[in-house]
Amino acid sequence: MRNVWIICRKELGSYFVSPIAYLLLTMFAVIFGFFFWNALGYFVLMGMESQMRGQAFPMNLNEEIIRPLLSNVSVIGLFFIPMITMRLFAEEKRTGTIELLATSPIRDVEIILGKWLAAMILYACLLLFTALNFAFLFRYGHPDWKPLAIGYLGLLLQAGGLLAIGTFISTLTKNQIIAGAATFGVCLILWVLEWVSGYETATWAKVLSYMSVITHFESFSKGVLNTKDAIFYLTVIFVGLFFTTRSMESLRWRS
Amino acid sequence: MITVKDLTKRYARTVAVDQISFAVEKGQIVGFLGPNGAGKTTTMRMLTCFLPPSSGTATVAGFDVLEQPLEVKRRIGYLPETPPLYPEMETTEYLTFVGKLKGLSGSQLNQRVDFVCERCAISDVKKKILGKLSKGYRQRVGLAQAIIHNPDVLILDEPTAGLDPKQINETRDLIKGLAGDHTIILSTHILPEVEQTCQQVIIINKGKLVATDSVENLQARARGSESVLVEVAGRNGNLDLPAVQKRLEQIRGVGRVEYKTSHANRSVFEVESQKGFVRGDLARAVVEAGWDLNELRPAAMSLEEIFLQLTGSETPAATRDLVAKGAD
Repeated sequence: MRNVWIICRKELGSYFVSPIAYLLLTMFAVIFGFFFWNALGYFVLMGMESQMRGQAFPMNLNEEIIRPLLSNVSVIGLFFIPMITMRLFAEEKRTGTIELLATSPIRDVEIILGKWLAAMILYACLLLFTALNFAFLFRYGHPDWKPLAIGYLGLLLQAGGLLAIGTFISTLTKNQIIAGAATFGVCLILWVLEWVSGYETATWAKVLSYMSVITHFESFSKGVLNTKDAIFYLTVIFVGLFFTTRSMESLRWRS
Repeated sequence: MITVKDLTKRYARTVAVDQISFAVEKGQIVGFLGPNGAGKTTTMRMLTCFLPPSSGTATVAGFDVLEQPLEVKRRIGYLPETPPLYPEMETTEYLTFVGKLKGLSGSQLNQRVDFVCERCAISDVKKKILGKLSKGYRQRVGLAQAIIHNPDVLILDEPTAGLDPKQINETRDLIKGLAGDHTIILSTHILPEVEQTCQQVIIINKGKLVATDSVENLQARARGSESVLVEVAGRNGNLDLPAVQKRLEQIRGVGRVEYKTSHANRSVFEVESQKGFVRGDLARAVVEAGWDLNELRPAAMSLEEIFLQLTGSETPAATRDLVAKGAD
């Protein structure tokens, strides 16, 4: 555990010493800020209209702002995840520092967990900016915090799975760009697989749509903690990290 | 300290290391010598548990590299061919990180960081970013990183590659100073380096072990007999070459005398003696015959020539490359 933390600290160090972390945080804050502003603007307009008509529509912050925004974050996340994971192993392989890690008295699993944890922490930092925006809702309204908390849990689980896949892809190449592009491709596929369920109800379509990470976020965004969906994400995390350990081992046999 | 038996590394199409066996005793500096692509780095990577061997065994301090890699790694300091530095880190930050990786902590860690900075003469760049250090400093930080946990065994892959002559000398002195506390294996394709720093040499070529012996023994073995270069000058302008040759041949113990070159009034002969020390007799003979003795020096065979002898016939191209490298 100590070793995992050593690696994790080192990775966080290189995220925050270089401009990567700040660039990602800024971009994410701007993009999410725009989404939030739009959603809020629309909500306020609807509120005004319903008042002018003199009928009180039931309006709900959770349903009309938080839920769609959380779904948006889960999609925006797909674009940021490759940028977080692409350097994890590719950079170490390119500069040769992987030899230092691999010849230190520390297990491969500890290296991988440390790196993945650092990526998770950086992603959590991105989510902090969304929390900053949501804080205004709590200041001027009374949304329910429990669905929001479950939504965040869902986002972290979903990102955990994709980050594990990204970590795995990063062990396959020395080239950060290739690792980033491949991870982006995989993230995108895992997103759009869900679309087939829109026009097709055959079994194959169900399987494909089941494999989409977005399908499983549905329940979380509603504020429902669905065990099946949580287990899906945990499985993706486990499988991704497991493949990473295998890949690191084969690295030794091949190189 | 290190025992290697029938160590082999096979890749899909090639055999990088082919049944190498050797042993290194505690406190020794061993030179691992061979042309580029001979399998030096592969062997070292197997010793450091970076690569698993295809067959054969290697033990470091009694631990097998396949069975107990963590124990082996704890006892090894490794400097790969390019120092494994994180360009965005500061020197002390980096050394602290490596120290933690190797299991150090607390005040002991700080002490070791200070100690290795002192030892490797990098105290003046402690707060510099590694990416901005010069090649010489990078190499020394690499060395500092290798000795931070005071390992029993140090494995250095071409520690002087790419340094300027002054830095090469400093690095060699540093390595020599580390012997005794540590058992050191260093690889190189620069032959004088082995002659200057190592006690034992392991020569490999094309993945095969060619020779393993002490530096002196290897030289003696390849030489067989001692040869001496004698520079003779005539006293009043001209020198009777056949007479000199004849006179030299008459000395007891002298085998072959070969005329080498003449320059102005001076001529050089190479005298081969079967055994023993004939330099005194040579000097006396020349002077008593009325010639001037300008120079008398042993034509010691360099490792380069030994290397060529041992590997030459097999790989002319590779060794030519080696000689070119050794010369600079």
